[in-house]
Amino acid sequence: MEIEYLFYLLFVVVNMELYNGPLEVKEIFSRWLDDEAESNYGAYIPFVGTIRAEDGIEALSFDIYEPVLQKWFNEWQERAKALGAVVKMAHAIGDVPVHTSSYVSAVFSPKRRVALELIDEFVEDFKANAPIWKYDVKDGKRIYAEDRSTAMSGAGLLA
Amino acid sequence: MVKVEFLGPIGREPVEMEASSLKDVAKKLKEDKELASWLDKCAVALNDTMVNDLNTPLKDGDRVSILPPVCGG
Repeated sequence: MEIEYLFYLLFVVVNMELYNGPLEVKEIFSRWLDDEAESNYGAYIPFVGTIRAEDGIEALSFDIYEPVLQKWFNEWQERAKALGAVVKMAHAIGDVPVHTSSYVSAVFSPKRRVALELIDEFVEDFKANAPIWKYDVKDGKRIYAEDRSTAMSGAGLLA
Repeated sequence: MVKVEFLGPIGREPVEMEASSLKDVAKKLKEDKELASWLDKCAVALNDTMVNDLNTPLKDGDRVSILPPVCGG
């Protein structure tokens, strides 16, 4: 049993990828495509989040709390699995310059409808509940993007 | 003793305190005005699992994480 459990952990960890700095989007998507080439999925829907130049920022910067992020992602894996689908994601840690990517995700599913709906729910829940904090980088300084941030479910418990 | 850690932009070092439930943690954190101003918008994890009950009992060595509003992507 222990061996099976370890295998399960390895499998899950492989599917969530964290990188220091901007993502190599083409490498990630092409590798995911290769990984699932023989899995008989009919639909592959990728999502790319790119840093836009606005409000004079040089970059966005990210802090991640990995243990809770991994649990959040594992729950999504289970949810996707129940639909015969797979979700994948990669996220950047630290500074990500404008016009580069901080976040990519994808859904593979047997038929398109499941993937189209799942990518929507997955990305929206990611924005609301993944333990990641965003900062604007201006003149080399990190400023917490408080006005664009969302309190996680259960917020205010200790208030 | 339990350890309380403050994630992301709160920018505080972890603190250790005697607490038998999250209610005790809330009471102690509210004594610090700056921390108190974060609490209404922060979620809480106990040993890396999100929790929603103030009566959640704590034991020696537990780790409580305070998670401010998020914005991934």
